[in-house]
Amino acid sequence: MSMWHGGWAGAHRGGPPPTSRGQHGALDAEYDGDILGAPYDARVIRRLPKYLAPVKGWLALGTFGILLRSAASLLVPFLVAITTDRFILTRDFSGLNIMVIAFIGANLFMWLGQYLESLFLAYAGESILFRLRTEMFDHLHRQPLSFFDHNKVGKLMSRVQNDISQVQELVTNDIISIITSALMLIAIAAFMIAMNPSLALITLVVVPALGIIMFIWQKYALRAFLRVREAIAQVNDQFQENISGVRVAQSMSRERVNIQQFEGVNQANLRANVGAARLQAMMMPTVEILTNVAFAIVLVVGGFQVLDGVAKPGVMLGFLLYIQRFFQPVQEMAGLYTELQRGMASGNRIFELLDIRPEITDSRDAIELPAVKGEVRFDGVSFAYEPGNEILHDINLKINPGETVAIIGRTGAGKSSLTGLIARFYEVEKGKITIDGYDIRSVSQQSLRRQIGVVPQEPFLFSGTIEENIRYGHPGSDHDDVVNAAKAVGAHEFIVHLEEGYDTSVGERGGSLSAGQRQLVCLARAMLASPPILILDEATSSVDTTTERIMQRSLRRLAKGRTCIIIAHRLSTVTSTDRIIALEHGRIVEMGTHRELLAKRGLYYEMFGALAAQDLQPGLAS
Amino acid sequence: MKVLLRLGIFARKYWGLLALAFLCLLASTAFSLIVPRMLGRGIDVVLSSGDRSFLVVAAAVVIGAAVLRGLTGYGNTYLAQLVSQKTSYDLRNALFERLQRLSFAYHDKVQTGQLMSRATVDVEAVRIFFGMGLLGIPQTVILFIVIATILVMMDWKLALLSLLFMPAIAWRAIKVSQRLVPIWLKVQQLMGALGTTLQESLTGVRVVKAFANEQGESRKFSTDARVLYDTDIDATRQMAVNMPMMLFLLSLPVSLILWYGGRQVITQQLTLGDLTQFILYLGMLASPVRRLGFLVMNLSRTVSAGQRILEILDTETQVKEKPGAVEFGKVKGQVTFDNVSFGYDVMSPTLKNVTFDVQPGKLVALLGGSGSGKSTIANLIPRFYDVSAGRIMVDGVDVRDVTLNSLRRNVGIVQQDIFLFSATIRENIAYGALNASMEDIIAASKAAHLHDFIAGLPEGYDTWVGERGVTLSGGEKQRLAIARTLLVNPRILILDDSMSSVDAQTERLIREALAKLIKGRTTFIITHRLPIIRNADLILMLKNGEIVEKGKHNELMAKRGLYHQIYQTQLAASEGKELAEE
Ligand SMILES: Nc1ncnc2c1ncn2[C@@H]1O[C@H](COP(=O)(O)OP(=O)(O)OP(=O)(O)O)[C@@H](O)[C@H]1O
Ligand SMILES: Nc1ncnc2c1ncn2[C@@H]1O[C@H](COP(=O)(O)OP(=O)(O)OP(=O)(O)O)[C@@H](O)[C@H]1O
Ligand SMILES: [Mg+2]
Ligand SMILES: [Mg+2]
Repeated sequence: MSMWHGGWAGAHRGGPPPTSRGQHGALDAEYDGDILGAPYDARVIRRLPKYLAPVKGWLALGTFGILLRSAASLLVPFLVAITTDRFILTRDFSGLNIMVIAFIGANLFMWLGQYLESLFLAYAGESILFRLRTEMFDHLHRQPLSFFDHNKVGKLMSRVQNDISQVQELVTNDIISIITSALMLIAIAAFMIAMNPSLALITLVVVPALGIIMFIWQKYALRAFLRVREAIAQVNDQFQENISGVRVAQSMSRERVNIQQFEGVNQANLRANVGAARLQAMMMPTVEILTNVAFAIVLVVGGFQVLDGVAKPGVMLGFLLYIQRFFQPVQEMAGLYTELQRGMASGNRIFELLDIRPEITDSRDAIELPAVKGEVRFDGVSFAYEPGNEILHDINLKINPGETVAIIGRTGAGKSSLTGLIARFYEVEKGKITIDGYDIRSVSQQSLRRQIGVVPQEPFLFSGTIEENIRYGHPGSDHDDVVNAAKAVGAHEFIVHLEEGYDTSVGERGGSLSAGQRQLVCLARAMLASPPILILDEATSSVDTTTERIMQRSLRRLAKGRTCIIIAHRLSTVTSTDRIIALEHGRIVEMGTHRELLAKRGLYYEMFGALAAQDLQPGLAS
Repeated sequence: MKVLLRLGIFARKYWGLLALAFLCLLASTAFSLIVPRMLGRGIDVVLSSGDRSFLVVAAAVVIGAAVLRGLTGYGNTYLAQLVSQKTSYDLRNALFERLQRLSFAYHDKVQTGQLMSRATVDVEAVRIFFGMGLLGIPQTVILFIVIATILVMMDWKLALLSLLFMPAIAWRAIKVSQRLVPIWLKVQQLMGALGTTLQESLTGVRVVKAFANEQGESRKFSTDARVLYDTDIDATRQMAVNMPMMLFLLSLPVSLILWYGGRQVITQQLTLGDLTQFILYLGMLASPVRRLGFLVMNLSRTVSAGQRILEILDTETQVKEKPGAVEFGKVKGQVTFDNVSFGYDVMSPTLKNVTFDVQPGKLVALLGGSGSGKSTIANLIPRFYDVSAGRIMVDGVDVRDVTLNSLRRNVGIVQQDIFLFSATIRENIAYGALNASMEDIIAASKAAHLHDFIAGLPEGYDTWVGERGVTLSGGEKQRLAIARTLLVNPRILILDDSMSSVDAQTERLIREALAKLIKGRTTFIITHRLPIIRNADLILMLKNGEIVEKGKHNELMAKRGLYHQIYQTQLAASEGKELAEE
């Protein structure tokens, strides 16, 4: 899984421009480029025990397995050496038998050790993964909408997918492996020194050489890997954005340009990868050459020692086998160093995200909002998406239970923003909003939103069937409830006309329905939830007038005892309400019935009155 | 197999590099075979003749062989990586190009997340195959044969003893991975599913919140995650039992040789050096044999990944350019539908026998209920879909006879569903006209009545619009889309309900600006606001995909049909009669 985020065009790639960064919990966009951290980061390490505690038994068993395997594997060359010197060269058949059995025994222990290691570390890893994934998912869903305004879905996905597995690797593999590798090295060196100190010291001369090479290699490799990660992120990002926007691209004949641009980033990715491959390919040969240098040393120095009678031939054999085992952990450690840095960086990103406190939280003494009658009050409410850029100013408004009001105003006046505040999608800057006298900040968000049905301006449907979508707000309902809701909003007609009726799948974002049909399904969805307060944000803007009228009629029926707030640009919708509220530049400028407002000759008259008078008198064509 | 062959064709241009990589591989294998021989001989020399100079020579040979082996090994790894990277580069390009060109009908059916996983996970699986599997399999086979030969030549009994195990081990490795393959595939698939759940839930977060359904989503996600967990554990269990077992099995021939060979050394039928050689050579076989399992797994993953990739590459776009398609210059703007029928799927026709003719420069209004086929007609003009019967002509030329690009340059459409890119406002407006100047951009946004709004933003035209334009209001998004289309300056303009979120007054201003901007532009407009429609030169009243009425406002009013009825309804509603009645 890869990172899907960023922008499509050259400039500003990597997220929103600086001003919006860091506000409203926007993740630091540059942070994603920060792929490698320090190999040891106390901030990350300190957080780990919480995740390790539940699986510490498994971790202990796994670690025991590693130790068992390592010990057994260290024993093997030793056994070979002893077999040679003590039994083969002294012609002791029975000793040979015993040693062979010991050899098989050591291998059995290796088997057991590795079994324990792979099984229990994987258990631990998988359950940490599961825990982190679900925790992250829930955490993301606690964030307010402002968070999602500033963070692309692709980027969040990459955190949940890539970073979490990286951390899991860190915990169940990297840290343990690096420790065992180090232990292995020490143990091997100890064995070698115990067997033949002078030969061991001469042979181990190779180690510092390898160390220096690794150290230099490391530096270049880090940079190369970094480039690779950045390059592939951009490739995926462009790919994603251009698939989502393919309809626009085709309607503007921009395919060729897009293809060229994509080839550009793809090429950069190729270059980065080939560069990294060049470095990576160097590793094995280097280690191998040095291994063989050590072999050669053993051959000459060890051989001379044997000839001089200082050493036994079996020791030489044992040394050869130890050297084979020695370089593996060295090589592993070099790789692990990078992994460790990556893991720490990923851990940092995850904990950074987990540490973002949702800007909107239930207060500690939040109560459950009891069933409301539906009185909505704004008391001196001001609101801004970005601090310093106030969208709504000093709104005072009282909507009575059971009342149906229309909110009108020019585009961008703040109508959607105003209604979004009632469900507490965003937090007010000043003033307060109450429902039946309860400050919405004093009740739990769950209980608040359960009583408010919102049909958002952008009709969003989940991929699934029509029925599944309608049922979304009221999971317990049966088929008849779904049909009734659809009938109430006038959606039933078109649904039964479809080939598969209620089982028609709507496609990604509901794309295989017409826009009006999508709105009708959204309405039915809200209707089925049957909340005491209903907010329709241009919910019928793409629906034809006939259907709309059917809807309004049933709405009237359903609106009894229900507070309805309707945003609309259409005269026919607006006039069907009890009261009209006119908004301009984030202020309420007028309030009243259709006739009252027409008489006022203000904003409403300007927007609708002239229109109504002129357009609906036949003969007065413009 | 066919899949592999076809993928192989992708790497065909790099066959030179591949051949070189293979040569390097053979050379490095050969060099690595020298080392055990030298070490074994060295031990024998130590034990017998004590020829010190031989030891020095042997050591030099070991180092020399290692250096040569290192160089060729480097060549092999690097070249194989190069080929694999180049191949995946080609694959991604091919996928991207194909997806950019596939028609709407295709994109209607697929999910973005799935396409993404093909471009990432599947391409990577194929890449690993080219980097490792393609050469790894012959390498393993060759290595096995060569070492077997050497061992047999040294001591056929010992060789037989040790090699007898190998086929069994290899067979076991293959068996195990065959059992693992379906589990891994399932893991892959579940990961994909989990990703989709996550993506849906995050893109639909506004709905999730509106219905306070966070807990439901969470339940769904953790159920999916739990299934993945269980499957992963299942795979792990299989691996944990079998992989160490393989190592253990490999240690058995070594034990046997140690035992049997040891006896032979004692009885002096074998030298200690030969025994050492034997053990070292057997050690060299261990990792390739173990890798066989991995290679088999990789092979089957490659096949399934390759299948998914080729599936995209093999999809023919349903909207194809004719071989001899001509270029359109600037068209006059006559649009003719001649008995057009169309269906999104074959079973149910969406449009039936639609016929109309629009002269250049006229204003056409499409009217009709939800799902009556208005957007469908709009999408047929720039040929996003192909008609199933009849024909559509622009300036008297069938749209299927001209190149797509030249047709679409003449037809500007503002789609009902607006997609904005996460980029700046300026980049979004200039999306279709790359070399537009800032003045052009401003002029277009002025015409769309957007300029004042943009100018009021702290960062003006460089303001970043969030994903799909979330930080803009509904009307702002629509006007941005209008400006974007205007900048292309098409002769035929289609506005598909593109001012539904714009108040009527602003809409009127925009339309006046449009009218001024280009005289003689053919305009199609889809709207539910009747006042606008009244001025249209042609009103097409649609119902269930058929044109039921057609004509000017006055004509249709006189007919007292559907149009008249709708008009009356709206009139009544706007005067508030509806309320009074109930
Ligand atoms: N998520 C957001 N972040 C930042 N600014 C926003 C966001 N949503 C809206 N705005 C800005 O706030 C202002 C008011 O937007 P709002 O959506 O409330 O308008 P509206 O009255 O609903 O308009 P329309 O009729 O076009 O939908 C607009 O200028 C818009 O650009
Ligand atoms: N991509 C698609 N795949 C399958 N069916 C589709 C697709 N798009 C639309 N339809 C179906 O075709 C019919 C006509 O849809 P169309 O979008 O043309 O309606 P419309 O007249 O534009 O309606 P609206 O006023 O709601 O936008 C509808 O029944 C719709 O469900
Ligand atoms: Mg709005
Ligand atoms: Mg439509």
